[in-house]
Amino acid sequence: MLAKTKKSEKKRLLFESLYRLSVIFSGLILFIIIIFIFASGFPALKEYGFFEMILNKEWSPNATDPQFGLLYMVLATIISTLLSLLIAIPIGVLSAAYLSKMAPKKIKKTIMFFVEILAGIPSVIYGFFILKTLVKIIYDNGKYIEGVSGNSMLAAIAVLALMSLPTIITVSVTSLDAINKSYDEASYALGANTIQTIFKVDLRAARLGIMSAIVLGAGKVIGETMAVMLVSGNAINFPGNLLEPVRTLTSNIATEMAYASGLHQSALYATGIILFILIMILNYILLVVIKRGGTSDA
Amino acid sequence: MEDIFTIRDLNLYYGKNHALKNMDIALKKNKVTALIGPSGCGKSTFLRCLNRMNDLIENCTITGQIIYDNDNINVEKYNVIELRKKVGMVFQKPNPFPMSIYENVIYGPKCQGLTDKAILDELVEDSLKKAALWDEVKDRLNTSALSLSGGQQQRLCIARTIAMDPDVILMDEPTSALDPISTKKIEELMETLKNNYTIVIVTHSMQQAARISDYTAFFLMGEIVEYDLTDIIFSNPAQQQTEDYVTGRFG
Repeated sequence: MLAKTKKSEKKRLLFESLYRLSVIFSGLILFIIIIFIFASGFPALKEYGFFEMILNKEWSPNATDPQFGLLYMVLATIISTLLSLLIAIPIGVLSAAYLSKMAPKKIKKTIMFFVEILAGIPSVIYGFFILKTLVKIIYDNGKYIEGVSGNSMLAAIAVLALMSLPTIITVSVTSLDAINKSYDEASYALGANTIQTIFKVDLRAARLGIMSAIVLGAGKVIGETMAVMLVSGNAINFPGNLLEPVRTLTSNIATEMAYASGLHQSALYATGIILFILIMILNYILLVVIKRGGTSDA
Repeated sequence: MEDIFTIRDLNLYYGKNHALKNMDIALKKNKVTALIGPSGCGKSTFLRCLNRMNDLIENCTITGQIIYDNDNINVEKYNVIELRKKVGMVFQKPNPFPMSIYENVIYGPKCQGLTDKAILDELVEDSLKKAALWDEVKDRLNTSALSLSGGQQQRLCIARTIAMDPDVILMDEPTSALDPISTKKIEELMETLKNNYTIVIVTHSMQQAARISDYTAFFLMGEIVEYDLTDIIFSNPAQQQTEDYVTGRFG
């Protein structure tokens, strides 16, 4: 008996250290990545200046007097992310509310089956799809306007909205399904209708889950590279016209890293640093929103 | 004495499962009617027919007539929202919304479009007083309802129901999740509420039924075995099964 407890004690210790090691491992990886990016991007930041980099609009890394201004790309990234989320969040959350609270079981099951498949499709496929549809439509209708080639910020936004939808829907449905059914019952018993129940009770009660759906969707959107490159035109423009090409920060890294060297290469790592900071800011804003919502009524 | 609900030949099926069988019963206005019986006998299911809560369950078929206020409510076209405004419900587990105490009370009226702050304030005070909760929460109406104790939460749910100014309050084992002291408070509350409302309560506690109700219906296997004055059910029931149950010989 005693020997057995000793054995189980040993096992417990073994597993405990395994868990600990796994946590340390993943933490360490993140730490190393951060160190690596910052170390590699530092020369460009030092040489060129952080604020010069985000405030200068000129990007000409191979000129005799090379310029590493990212302003247009930062703006293109922010604007395309925000606009695509502006499209994807309402559609995604409302679809989730319908699927979780209104749809008959059979319909819900069928639709969720397809939505989950969509969530797993590589984003570049969404890129193909937009390339063959929206990009073509823009080209056919606007080819005589100067600067319009089909590839555009609008197409990039469409890809981003489309590819983030399945994530937003599945995570939102899961969190709406998980809220206590007794809230629904209480609401209906008080004479509320379905719409009132969904907006006043369900979406509020599932707020945290829906927020994490949005965070996940936003993370996917801001980091997306290939699908965006495929349809955005990848030209460095001020993102003031939805029908003209733009370049995002991720596309900039992916486009030029293969042949860059020296300061140019370091500037691409610095692009990564700025992307990293953008993502941190985005997450921080979302966290604050979640927290504020959380203290008001939970 | 006036009947508020008259049920004729009520049958209910969950899919193929015949859960309520040929029920005929008339519930008295401004009285407390207790529904007793062993678990799974159909008491709660019956209760949920009275405000059409079974609408929320897929594959649930109900036949027969449920006459409320001279109208059969068991027809598709009957306005279920109007019904639920008049027939409120308190559930087994206290289920306040994850909102403030104030917002919980005004939820129902607000859904009906009431927005006048002064009227709502008055309604909150009045409802919480009627639910014997006002003195305990008047200084923290804007704190979360989830910070209240279980017994307070249940009285808040009663206040929320009262705020709709219903005729009938359905209670589905309202004290089964509460401690004895909270239970006593809710039972005292029911004493005062029955002057203004018709109360139909499902309970597992025979003592509770005996203490608070005027009429008692004994349910068994989806049928109403006996329905009479509570005094008669507990002292001199007509059916052997009823006697066995109320004296604790089975169930």
